[in-house]
Amino acid sequence: MSVSIKDVEYVAKLARLEFSEKEKVKFTEELNSILKYVEKLSEVDTSGVEPAIGAYPMYNALREDEISPSLDREEILKNAPDKQDGYFKVPKVID
Amino acid sequence: MDFEVIIGLEVHAELSTNTKIYCGCTTEFGGEQNTHCCPVCLGLPGSLPVLNKKVVDYAIKAGLALNCDINRLTHMARKNYFYPDTPKNYQITQDETPLCRDGYIEIETEGGLKKIGIQRIHIEEDAGKNVHMEDSSYVDYNRAGVPLIEIVSKPDMRSPKEARMYLEKLKAILQYTGVSDVKMEEGSLRCDANISIRPEGSNEFGTKVEVKNMNSFRAVERALEYEAKRQMEAYERGEKIIQETRRWDEGRGETVTMRSKEEAHDYRYFPEPDMIYLSVDDEWIESIRKSLPELPDARRRRYINEFGLPEYDSEILTSSKKLADFFEECVNEGGRPKEISNWIMGEILRTLKDRSMEIEDIKFAPGHLVKLVSLVDKGTISGTIAKKVFKDMFETGEDPEKIVKEKGLVQVSDEGAIRELINKVLDENPQSVADFKAGKTKAMGFIVGQVMKASKGKANPQIVNKILTEELNKR
Ligand SMILES: [Zn+2]
Repeated sequence: MSVSIKDVEYVAKLARLEFSEKEKVKFTEELNSILKYVEKLSEVDTSGVEPAIGAYPMYNALREDEISPSLDREEILKNAPDKQDGYFKVPKVID
Repeated sequence: MDFEVIIGLEVHAELSTNTKIYCGCTTEFGGEQNTHCCPVCLGLPGSLPVLNKKVVDYAIKAGLALNCDINRLTHMARKNYFYPDTPKNYQITQDETPLCRDGYIEIETEGGLKKIGIQRIHIEEDAGKNVHMEDSSYVDYNRAGVPLIEIVSKPDMRSPKEARMYLEKLKAILQYTGVSDVKMEEGSLRCDANISIRPEGSNEFGTKVEVKNMNSFRAVERALEYEAKRQMEAYERGEKIIQETRRWDEGRGETVTMRSKEEAHDYRYFPEPDMIYLSVDDEWIESIRKSLPELPDARRRRYINEFGLPEYDSEILTSSKKLADFFEECVNEGGRPKEISNWIMGEILRTLKDRSMEIEDIKFAPGHLVKLVSLVDKGTISGTIAKKVFKDMFETGEDPEKIVKEKGLVQVSDEGAIRELINKVLDENPQSVADFKAGKTKAMGFIVGQVMKASKGKANPQIVNKILTEELNKR
């Protein structure tokens, strides 16, 4: 399995990242070398092994349905680049 | 050409928990903007989500009520997309391992009972709310992290009407289980639809179109009717139906393009690394199964068998748990089932609808309705007066006996008094008497009306009829 410049451009677009042509070539090479490394795993015989759906073999970290205090609004909005009337203010979007 | 319409629905229901799905912030509605938030639901770096056990309980409860299998081992998934209402830039939901799958709902169609399959039910978090203004958009994250279940049906519905019936039944079942307050107007129940058409007899599915922004059951039915017609007309013109998302415009009564497949999202789901497995054992599932109340279908069958009610009455009475509870309380207080059912399906539902009220807004007690009916039975008041008393009772919540007494509405059954009244009316209306004598039986109705009017509706109609016949024969 390998990725092309097109794949890199597509993934960059999904992540809202912009790269120069030079960077695109560099990332394509780097991603391919990572994929090649990971491909080693396919040498292992996994027939009869259930595919894992999570990373850690740990179960059921659950909490009771009890209210804990929320943050003060001032605190909530403290890091917002822009705010108004208690709202986060963002560039106009359409649904 | 004849077409077959194929519909599948995706329904989101907000769960009635006290706290959000991954943090302890309150889910209470209507707080000041951005006051029900914490590092977890704001997606601040370093915070970790912890699943609310009640969300799992409720989702399993809904799953069991909808005849689903419960997945013993599940994992949350990360769905990636950029939109300001999602502070983390991803939603924690479920992908390959939904908590519940393979269920069904039964609906009553003209062709008999029909099963509509449920493909899956999964748990996930709600997004925040965007407010769009002239210059900018404003975001309130109070709803971000509120627990939802998404219920995905199989493409088993064959008409917009079936889609509405499925939704009504789904709403009733969720309401009975108490896991959601299922108010479509308030957004605690939301519905998106997938719809395609194909020529009758064909086995292949047509290109499906997703329809969004339908805010009532009626809107769902209307939007799907419009969309089915649009697709059939396009097909007959030889046009290709494009796979796209369309928005229902309630005011214009049509669906309009939102985005086509080329712009469709690529969500890049992967197992949520901030969370671990959820394992549900038989004991947990069985304890929830035991807590299930009697569901609408079972209750409807019981009304037919136990109370001898017609299918139609039973269906309407059990469509809402609160309505069914009200009916049963009346019966427990000694009301005759069919009579109570007539009052509920007549005066009560009509008045509630006229005033856009719900059954829980009713001021009078079930026992008051039973008393009102028995006042008619005993002949204390007439049926016409009963409707007047009902209006008062509805308004004030007062005891009907008290209303009857205070307003002097007791029916007059005193033959002497009625005879006197009748003779007065007959003396005043010689023309009607002459008409009656000439064989115009209609005149009788007019005279009865005049007598009732003169008694202010209080004369006992049976006695009026009897004496009037006697008096007319004397003339
Ligand atoms: Zn929170």
